[in-house]
Amino acid sequence: MTEEIIIAGFGGQGVLSMGKILAYSGIMQDQEVSWMPSYGPEMRGGTANVTVILSDERISSPYLQLFDTAIILNQQSMDKFEKSVKPGGLLLYEPNGIHKHPTRTDINIYQIEGNKISTEMGNKKIFNMVVLGAYLKLKPIVNLKNVIEGLKKSLPERYHHLIPLNEEAITKGMEATKAYISKKHEYSN
Amino acid sequence: MSELKLMKGNEALAEAAIRAGVDAYFGYPITPQSEVIEYLMTEQPEKRTGMVVLQAESEIAAINMVYGAASTGKKVMTSSSSPGISLKLEGISYIAGAELPAVIVNVVRGGPGLGTIQPSQADYFQSVKGGGHGDYKLYVLAPASVQEMSDFVEDAFDIAFKYRAPVLILSDGLIGQMMEKVVLKDQQERLTDEEVIKKYDSWATTGKTNRERNIITSLDLQSEKMEARVHRLMKKYEQMELEDTRYEEFQTEDAEYLFVAYGSSSRIAQKAVKLARKKGIKAGLVRPITLFPYPKKVLFKLANQVKGILSVELNAGQMIEDVLLSVEHKVPVAHFGRTGGIIHTPEEVLEALEQKIIKNGSIRHHKTRESSIL
Repeated sequence: MTEEIIIAGFGGQGVLSMGKILAYSGIMQDQEVSWMPSYGPEMRGGTANVTVILSDERISSPYLQLFDTAIILNQQSMDKFEKSVKPGGLLLYEPNGIHKHPTRTDINIYQIEGNKISTEMGNKKIFNMVVLGAYLKLKPIVNLKNVIEGLKKSLPERYHHLIPLNEEAITKGMEATKAYISKKHEYSN
Repeated sequence: MSELKLMKGNEALAEAAIRAGVDAYFGYPITPQSEVIEYLMTEQPEKRTGMVVLQAESEIAAINMVYGAASTGKKVMTSSSSPGISLKLEGISYIAGAELPAVIVNVVRGGPGLGTIQPSQADYFQSVKGGGHGDYKLYVLAPASVQEMSDFVEDAFDIAFKYRAPVLILSDGLIGQMMEKVVLKDQQERLTDEEVIKKYDSWATTGKTNRERNIITSLDLQSEKMEARVHRLMKKYEQMELEDTRYEEFQTEDAEYLFVAYGSSSRIAQKAVKLARKKGIKAGLVRPITLFPYPKKVLFKLANQVKGILSVELNAGQMIEDVLLSVEHKVPVAHFGRTGGIIHTPEEVLEALEQKIIKNGSIRHHKTRESSIL
């Protein structure tokens, strides 16, 4: 099994830490992992993205052009990465703030209202865990127990009291994701 | 007990330095390498092992601190990224001339000039063809994973002390910034002053005991003596070629086409091999682990087997010169690589093989046949 994922959004949405937790979860179940961030000027207030690979084999290139899954959290990333999903792959996105919805018909498209759910839960910082939950519902590549272990590893100990809240956010995300059937954009050919 | 962690390449290298029992690190921050000094400052190894970590006022100061500390037989290192390494080159040449062990790390970014902070492999020439002035070479190790960023620190010091010569770890922004699983080695004790005297009293400035004084210098105004020094260096480099050349082969047994790539590019080329084989193209990969000494012999041998070679580098074509020297024009060789901080994708690499080698190779073959008919 090899799962190649791009997570892309704004800096501050927890893109990099979501990738890190996913990578740690992979380690917890003895997989090979890689986590390759975009770094540099684009991280400062702009877009952020990270390529995460989980595999049963040694990972070759940590840098890719096509992905099994794209998790997209803003419009810029949608413009950039919708075309990078392999045919038959998964595109999961946060619809809040997206004005041009995906148009491809050869991939599976799902939405997760992470902003809405995390606001309802009273802590916007767990936005990324809601999205992670939705992803794990659609592709259960790591089980919840290993994700919690991964959280413990990647969070400093002073935040460990927040782990139950994170777990709740993941569970909420799992319940809330729904399929999106793309309508071809009227201006596109 | 070995320990499994998820770390950035730069962090793994810094932790490995502490665990290898390094005595001192002198550095100056620069992207994409700053995590090395950040990690060391946060970890405070002076409390763990007594290792000194110092941020110098400039790269030039840092390399000269390395020069001074290495003279005393201590394990010392520095790290930087491309423009910073350019500043250090004078000191590196002095260290090579004075025959001192030291480890220098370059987490390469795009150039020339201030260039970009994104990954690049454009410092190949600088690393293996001198860089600084005079007849010297650096032993160059090119890590291709976070694990190797960790492992090569100890390997580099082993070589540095075996030959009393500076060793360069040539990484890049991709390997430095990415996180992977890494198995950390056990903590080694730093050598005590008594142990250093016992091991290196024949050359190091350890404080005069009952011996002739040791003088560390790269200056020899008597030409015969200076030539003898150069010959001594060349002998070391010959021995390095014989005993310490390192490389890795990937699916070369039945390969008809060959990628040659090191460091981050070798990871991308490895994926390109897999994509090629899915399409029925028998591709393989040779990954030089040491860039000097260069694994000439394996390339020479494979040149009898393959129909063409693509040198894949994140630069405008540098290592290709060593590939050409190795295969002595027995097969067509071409270069492919993106620059400016752009990383080529496995798909682009495969396409380059098809366009530059497979297609061209067959055209050439066809023409030869035509001309023989005529």
